[in-house]
Amino acid sequence: MWSSERFRNIVYQIALLSLVGALIGYAAYNLVHNLESRAIAIGFSYLGQEAGFDVSETLIDYEPTHSYARAFVVGLLNTLFVSAVAIVAASVLGLVVGIGRLSPNWLLRKLAGAYVESVRNVPLILQLLLWYGVLTELLPPVAEAIVLGSAFLSQRGISLPWPTPHAGWWAALLGLFLAVLFAFLWARAVRRRRERAGRAPAVLWPSLAAGVVLPLAGWAVFGAPSELSTPAMTGFGFEGGKTVSPEFIALFLGLSVYTAAFIAEIVRGGILSVSRGQSDAAEALGLSRGQRLRLVILPQALRVMIPPLTSQYLNLTKNSSLAVAIGYPDLVSISNTTLNQTGQAIEAITLMMAVYLAVSLAISGLMNWYNHRVRLVER
Amino acid sequence: MFKQKTLCHCLAALTLGVAAGSAFAGPTLDAIKQRGTLVCGVHTGLTGFSAPDKTGKYAGIDVDYCKALAAAILGSADKVKYVPLTAQQRFTALQSGEIDLLSRNTTWNSKRDTTMGSVFPGVWFYDGQAFVINSKKNPKVKKLADLNKASVCVETGTTTERNMADYARANKLSFKPVVFEGQEATEKAFQSGRCDAYTTDASGIAAMLVNLPNRSDYTVLPEIISKEPLAPMLRRNDQEFFAIARWTIFALQQAEESGVTQANVLRMKAESKDPAVQRLTGATGEIGKGLGLDADWAVRALQAVGNYGESFERNIKPLGLARGMNALWNKGGLMYPMPLD
Repeated sequence: MWSSERFRNIVYQIALLSLVGALIGYAAYNLVHNLESRAIAIGFSYLGQEAGFDVSETLIDYEPTHSYARAFVVGLLNTLFVSAVAIVAASVLGLVVGIGRLSPNWLLRKLAGAYVESVRNVPLILQLLLWYGVLTELLPPVAEAIVLGSAFLSQRGISLPWPTPHAGWWAALLGLFLAVLFAFLWARAVRRRRERAGRAPAVLWPSLAAGVVLPLAGWAVFGAPSELSTPAMTGFGFEGGKTVSPEFIALFLGLSVYTAAFIAEIVRGGILSVSRGQSDAAEALGLSRGQRLRLVILPQALRVMIPPLTSQYLNLTKNSSLAVAIGYPDLVSISNTTLNQTGQAIEAITLMMAVYLAVSLAISGLMNWYNHRVRLVER
Repeated sequence: MFKQKTLCHCLAALTLGVAAGSAFAGPTLDAIKQRGTLVCGVHTGLTGFSAPDKTGKYAGIDVDYCKALAAAILGSADKVKYVPLTAQQRFTALQSGEIDLLSRNTTWNSKRDTTMGSVFPGVWFYDGQAFVINSKKNPKVKKLADLNKASVCVETGTTTERNMADYARANKLSFKPVVFEGQEATEKAFQSGRCDAYTTDASGIAAMLVNLPNRSDYTVLPEIISKEPLAPMLRRNDQEFFAIARWTIFALQQAEESGVTQANVLRMKAESKDPAVQRLTGATGEIGKGLGLDADWAVRALQAVGNYGESFERNIKPLGLARGMNALWNKGGLMYPMPLD
């Protein structure tokens, strides 16, 4: 039996696996034992205790009397929120710059090139500190805020008029969502029609119309609220409206500008991977430059772009943890405070790692699903 | 090939974990003596407590404590290795054994004393949390209640965030905390005007202001919202080291009480008829023996940094802070060394 290579391989692998398992087990045992012998409290029971500290930016209701677990969720939502908006912005900016790098226009090409080379070669933390420094040092204090209509720009960030909560606004939001759904379904129906009949109605105008009409209808049916809460200057800042903090703006700008440089290179690589003949053939068919890009080149380039794009999205999400340097209350910042108040370093860090892992796996799962959808289908 | 490499890394990481888990089982004192240096966790830069001076050497009242201990245990105040730590890193550094003790303006409270595997030998500096504002930008703010709804810069990893929230709740105020990692970032954000106020221990505010060219623009508000007894912090499970750490504090304070200074300590040892001085300097009694040290332990500590009052004069007075609570008990303060016997 030992002479069989297959058998030996299995034995080796089992031996290796048990060795690794034993080592992990020993390390874990050692950890718990050492912590206990040094009277360091262990366990996750601290999550239920009252947090006792306040958080300046929250997406859900939060008070210092709430638990550490709730504070953790507040931080997680802040991380997810800034990552989500930065991913969208970085993708759009990256696409534009990436296409710009291949533009026949000399100036545009060089500008895009300069952007990519300068931004991706400077560490992100420095860029974040720069954005934050620019925002806090150059913007005027509250009393001398720059007034833009009923919005204010100051060291406290941007304060905007914001709708006061009302069913009508939610209905309008729902209308917008329905319009997007309609546009999606309409485009699909039109494409089928075109494939069958050769001719088809337009896509753009009905979709735009739906985008205007549906939210308006929702808004009108549910009482047509017109009340906006406008920011008003008080002693230390602005009351009412919505204030976007300089920490959030700096983090958002830093993350999207930095990641966009990498995405631009991915876009450029993707486009270059589509052979010249494709674009020549499309031109011969009489497609315009925009149509060639949109209908022929980008769909094929996408297949090459998705995997590296996934890792950029993951990087962006993980990089958002640098927020702690500029005072944005993200997951790491809140976990740090928790860690310091409770002294439960191992638990807090384990929890943080587990959550980042879960978020990253979710993003990567989503991107893999999309990748599967856009891959080359042999017909 | 690739697999093998990854495996190597995993094994290396695991062995590290195991080694780190069992390396420091012995008492801290043995390790210090064997090594010949005291590893002291200090602040990265807090004038008056621990900050590099003009010659690049660490100086401050927290640093003096490290020096006094090293002189008592190892015979020389130079046998200290300083590990600068942020508020955030300090407890892990102590728990993991990276440092022998933490002498870094750390507040003594119940949680740190009971659930973090640590002990506090005694208070080295009585402090309290205060707020500072830029009175040029906010001329109307005279007291803490005037700061209602203001943005306040705080450093993470300290007791200040919670104290502030507690105070706000008790007094029906609200503050918007802007939390930074590291004292420099926090102070910079406050100075740029991002926050209306900055809160930390009163001594920390004084240390910041002393380094600012336009310090007259700033006003420290009168309210002290918390008790911050700053104390050295040790790991548990080393009673010998704990006793030395505790009695070094008392010895330096007793020296002030008995009029023993850096300059006169040798003369006092030879000439003084005061029994307290004789026991302190090891002329009589067996305090050193009880601590596992020789008779001259306190003399060396005093030669290194002087008595508590001298250290205070040298380090804290330049910040513009008065002795206040940190005066000796018979001078209206809280410093009360237990009797040397």
